[in-house]
Amino acid sequence: MAVKGVDRDLELRLDAIRREHGDTVGVEKIAEVVRAMLDTMTGDIDGGDLKLFREVESLADYIHAAKAEIAALRPGEIKNEFIASATDELDAIVGATEAATNEIMDSAEHLESLAPMMDAEVAERLTEITTRIFEACTFQDITGQRITKVVRMLKEIETRVESLVKAFGGEIEASAPRQEKAPVTDEDLLNGPQLPSGAADQAEIDRLLASFD
Amino acid sequence: MAVDKNMNVLIVDDYKTMLRIIRNLLKQLGFNNVDEATDGSMALQMLRVGNYGLIISDWNMEPMTGLQLLREVRADAKLKSIPFIMVTAESKSENVIAAKEAGVSNYIVKPFNAETLKTKMSSVLGDFA
Repeated sequence: MAVKGVDRDLELRLDAIRREHGDTVGVEKIAEVVRAMLDTMTGDIDGGDLKLFREVESLADYIHAAKAEIAALRPGEIKNEFIASATDELDAIVGATEAATNEIMDSAEHLESLAPMMDAEVAERLTEITTRIFEACTFQDITGQRITKVVRMLKEIETRVESLVKAFGGEIEASAPRQEKAPVTDEDLLNGPQLPSGAADQAEIDRLLASFD
Repeated sequence: MAVDKNMNVLIVDDYKTMLRIIRNLLKQLGFNNVDEATDGSMALQMLRVGNYGLIISDWNMEPMTGLQLLREVRADAKLKSIPFIMVTAESKSENVIAAKEAGVSNYIVKPFNAETLKTKMSSVLGDFA
């Protein structure tokens, strides 16, 4: 067997793939190279080679099965819909808690401004109470930081899913069967609370209700 | 020596809400001259033109963190003696050690209460009623 010849051919094929695809190489391309390598070995294999051949073959089967399973997970959908939606929801939590905290502090500051109008004992008690309110408001900073960490982790997952989709090529999305659009059920209607960008205000709801009259 | 409650205090945090909370707590402790910065580089600019008696800073900010600000302050001949209290959610021992090595005067872990702020300020500035 002309081992050097096979190595050289393999090297040339790998170089060509790297030039074309960079470091992210599709599974089909890898399978193509493995097939080509095995073809060059035909008629020139002993018992050890045969064992190796079987191992490589089972590896190829494993890769194909894994590819099918990953395709069934619809990674593009995970990236474009689920992760994007989760990040928006978390951003909305930060926005809403920040707005609520500022409202609470506005009220506490207003209360505190009344202290000079009261007798000393009541004013002191009022200041103690507003201090407790300010202290409690620090929750917003902590929850905000924790949510920011979760968003960062989601973005990391998104990047990795993106690399996976790229490695498999466009076929991964095309090969997974798309679910038929099912009729809307009562459970489908339970999506609240809506994100601020998609939420209708009371006036819009009233207009919609009035349109049925 | 009595603590001068008219001193200028610089508070640094990228969360506006936290700046507001600390400002209110300081006001209740009798410190009314409070300026705000939203990251280390903004704080450094303010420190170089102002006259501050105390810095209370968060750690986790961009582009310049509280730790970087602390190092800059301690490396600056004009600023290095200003007491610096770190107020942060970073509570690992390696964080506290790094801050101490950089010259922090005291360290408060979030969430905190007014009493903790008062105690730490007293340990840095001296007792105040």
